[in-house]
Amino acid sequence: MQDAVLAMLAKEPSHGYQLRARLRRVLGPLGESMNAGQVYVTLARLERAGLVVCERVDGLPDRPDRKVYALTSAGQQRVAAWLTEVGWPKPDLAEFHLKLAAAAAARLADPVELVDAQRRELLRRLGEAQRALLAEPDGSTAGLLLEGVALRLQADLRWLEACERVWSRAGYESEGG
Amino acid sequence: MNEFGGVVRVRGLFKEHGQGQGLVRAVDGVDLEVPAGQMLAVMGPSGCGKSTLLHLLGGLERPSDGQVWLAGQRIDTVNERGLARLRRRSVGFVFQAFHLIEELSAAENVELPVLLAGRSARAARRRAAFLLERFGLADRTRHLPWQLSGGQRQRVAIARAMANEPLVLLADEPTGNLDTAATLDVLRIFADLRAAGQTLVVVTHDERVAATADRLVTMRDGMFVDDTQLAGRTGRLDGLIGLED
Repeated sequence: MQDAVLAMLAKEPSHGYQLRARLRRVLGPLGESMNAGQVYVTLARLERAGLVVCERVDGLPDRPDRKVYALTSAGQQRVAAWLTEVGWPKPDLAEFHLKLAAAAAARLADPVELVDAQRRELLRRLGEAQRALLAEPDGSTAGLLLEGVALRLQADLRWLEACERVWSRAGYESEGG
Repeated sequence: MNEFGGVVRVRGLFKEHGQGQGLVRAVDGVDLEVPAGQMLAVMGPSGCGKSTLLHLLGGLERPSDGQVWLAGQRIDTVNERGLARLRRRSVGFVFQAFHLIEELSAAENVELPVLLAGRSARAARRRAAFLLERFGLADRTRHLPWQLSGGQRQRVAIARAMANEPLVLLADEPTGNLDTAATLDVLRIFADLRAAGQTLVVVTHDERVAATADRLVTMRDGMFVDDTQLAGRTGRLDGLIGLED
């Protein structure tokens, strides 16, 4: 979030509410839950870190928000570094994998049932993402984010299918001796 | 409508293929009720019996045992002629491979079932024009199937399936031959039909198709092994992305 807010300031110095509106536009339906304070908290942190400066300007009388935020040169360097980073969130599958193994080993729970419960949860999430995506016009930027969310959930569901296949066979073998 | 209110209803459904050692129970004791206006998705591995189930629901095949009702009418006991009439008028089928008639234009493909149901040519033309426009194909009505993209052909096929305002639309892997964009077009049409109260049963391999349904049943070896209500939890999208601090 900090890097994203910084990068959005690279276009031009902006008010907090302008940044928030731009974030919401790019995030689409996924940004609707973002609360107003989040952008200001982030801006305050960035200011303390010396990455942005804040200037008071004479705004319109009906606009209480008269602060304009701009990047410092340190902020510009950080944006440039962020853009060339190739870091990527790592899929966090090991925890669930270990849960299944532990449940099976200690006979705490049937791994297949754990997989089924997880599958139902992911299907509901996928349904939410898909319905939101269907409501977006073709080629919308926000739709692209929903598309990514849906594709990842689909990949996770396919992995769960593989988990179910292997763990149901494992159960059969141990019962069969 | 029967006392249970389901447009589609089956009890104790079995379908066997082959004999002796080669006997396969494609559908092995299924009970199901699909209320009006619901979209039901059926998933499961290849050969789990999901396509056979769809054929039984639409009167394309007869069960080995069990009962099938469509809007309160038993269809497993209807004679061949009655069944043919029912398939023409009360059920709409959509297939993975479209199955359009290659010699007929998009509009003619949609008009055909209306004419077969005994209505006038004028009524058929009007119905086809209405449906093709609704599905975004107003400028493709005179095209032959080979002149259309896969997604457009499937939309024509859905229009044809809807030609006689069927009680239920049955779709067997409707997006199996389509890319992501065309899949979304089909899903938008399904969402639109459901919003208008259409009952749909969709057999699919695609989790993204299944997830848009109201309810999802999973089949394995001819039986339902899972039944999940998907609709109802709406508007909470914030859990889908992690935007921290």
